[in-house]
Amino acid sequence: MSQDEHKHVVSYKTYTIILINLLILTAISVAVTEIELGPLTVFMAVFLASVKSALVLIYFMHLKFDNAMYKIMVGLVLVVFVIVMVITFLDYNFR
Amino acid sequence: MEPNYLEYKGKYKGIFAWIFSTDHKRIGLLYLYAVGAFFCVGALLGLLMKLELIAPDKTIMEAQVYNSVFTLHGITMIFLVVIPGLPAVFGNFLLPIMIGAKDVAFPKLNLLSWWVYVFGALLALSSQFMGSGPPDTGWTFYAPYSFQTQSNVLPAVMGAFVLGFSSILTGLNFIVTMHRMRAPGMGWFRMPLFPWTLYATAWIQLLATPIVGITLLMIVAERTLGIGFFDPAKGGDPILYQHLFWIYSHPAVYIMILPAMGAISEILPTFSKKPIFGYKALVFSSLAIALVGYFVWGHHMFTAGMSGTALYAFSFLTFLVAIPSAIKVFNWVSTLYKASIDMQTPFYWATSFIFVFMIGGFSGLVLGALATNVHVHDTAFVVAHFHFIVFGGVGYAFFGAIHYWFPKIWGRMYDVKWANFGWLTFFIGYLALYGPMFYLGLVGMPRRYFDYLPEYHGPNILSSLGAIVMIGGLAIIITNLIISSRRGETAKANPWGGSTLEWTVPSPPPLENFEEIPVVDKNPYEYK
Ligand SMILES: [Cu+2]
Repeated sequence: MSQDEHKHVVSYKTYTIILINLLILTAISVAVTEIELGPLTVFMAVFLASVKSALVLIYFMHLKFDNAMYKIMVGLVLVVFVIVMVITFLDYNFR
Repeated sequence: MEPNYLEYKGKYKGIFAWIFSTDHKRIGLLYLYAVGAFFCVGALLGLLMKLELIAPDKTIMEAQVYNSVFTLHGITMIFLVVIPGLPAVFGNFLLPIMIGAKDVAFPKLNLLSWWVYVFGALLALSSQFMGSGPPDTGWTFYAPYSFQTQSNVLPAVMGAFVLGFSSILTGLNFIVTMHRMRAPGMGWFRMPLFPWTLYATAWIQLLATPIVGITLLMIVAERTLGIGFFDPAKGGDPILYQHLFWIYSHPAVYIMILPAMGAISEILPTFSKKPIFGYKALVFSSLAIALVGYFVWGHHMFTAGMSGTALYAFSFLTFLVAIPSAIKVFNWVSTLYKASIDMQTPFYWATSFIFVFMIGGFSGLVLGALATNVHVHDTAFVVAHFHFIVFGGVGYAFFGAIHYWFPKIWGRMYDVKWANFGWLTFFIGYLALYGPMFYLGLVGMPRRYFDYLPEYHGPNILSSLGAIVMIGGLAIIITNLIISSRRGETAKANPWGGSTLEWTVPSPPPLENFEEIPVVDKNPYEYK
């Protein structure tokens, strides 16, 4: 394992900014339930949750500094997840 | 030389030397004993059901007892036996040896997985003895019944939730082990096929299990807090439960069957004395089964009221999984072609596996087709189908595996005559037990009833007699293995002439498997 993989020290400032963003997104996902979005309700909730988990994965879990292999693996998992969602909604959106 | 893993003396004595051991081989055996004990319980429950069904009307138990018995049979067999089955027992014991490592990547986490498994198992079984009577929902805990029934569903649901963690941790451990700890020279495509199937399985364990965990918690929330996830009266949707449950539980079938296919892929070349046919095809078909297996869950719900679009999509995707499964069967058969076959007990199990697995697979196509599915849905046909896949697949591969790796694990040989006689008895009983259920399903006998119309009597007698013969076969097999593990003849390091790494170490293997980590310079299946 090469030494420079571990050189990245993320500043408290970055972490704080991400934390604030996560809190804002949480507030939005609560607030947005006041608006009647119809069939888009679930889409909105999943979308906001995805953005939040992306932030956590990239910064808090250091995916940004990992080697390409792990990025690809996480990416493929997301592709599987998206397909599962799409197939589920083949049921709900066509009933 | 180092003492072998069975005799090694560590910090702890007696039973503690086992239940606190971080040695992957001892943990593998801990799983074997637990899984074996639960399997015997589950098999006896199955026998009780068949005795009830030997004649119409009440034979030995009331309807409510029957409901509890099939629920407990399902929970025990699925969550406690076949899901941990091959990965936790043979995966733990063999994976590190087969890839030339001293242990798994996280030995302590591995021990924790076993403890979590035991805790989850006790929690699930406690539902039998506490509260308002044993659960009667079936192992699938379908909503709305699972939140309406007065029976004691919660501990069983929580037990399944806890067991999920054991499965996830094992999967994680195996993935890291295979990425990080292969012996020098063992590229991905020099890895034997059993580890390959464990790799595909581990990804399913890791990605699909959390979904059933959350789903089971939703049942708990629905029962205790009255949140309306699944209750139509509160705006919920009972079909949502079926989606969530099967998004895990279909891939779970591949958690069970993929390592079984891996074990078969080890046994066949060894007893054919010939490299496995289509190594890469077998590797990629494992990965393809794991991947496509995520997208077919809806075939359990064809009559539940899904949209037509979803019906077509799921039926199509289900047929797609048949392709990689067939690729495997063709490669196994091609391996046997023009081979110098050595007829030994594991070989009998492996070839009978192919036979019963094919019947299971083809009957799966009947269920995957929309029109025929409506006719046989929730009949004995479905029960026959999944026992041919899960018991015929996983069970036969498990017994094949234990007869194959037995000399490696205990350093002793079993009595071959009794082992073969046990296999034959089991095989005859098995076909007599499940074969008639295909017919019964086609003529309309529903599953999960303790009673049936008089015209179904004949095939049911055959089926129940088959169950008795099969249990007799099991008793022979298990007794032979237990006695032989203590008093069998001493086995050589490589009694079968296998070519994978586990056969290069002594039997039983020393504590750290290899005195020196081997350097791999050949493909896994090359015979002199
Ligand atoms: Cu399925």
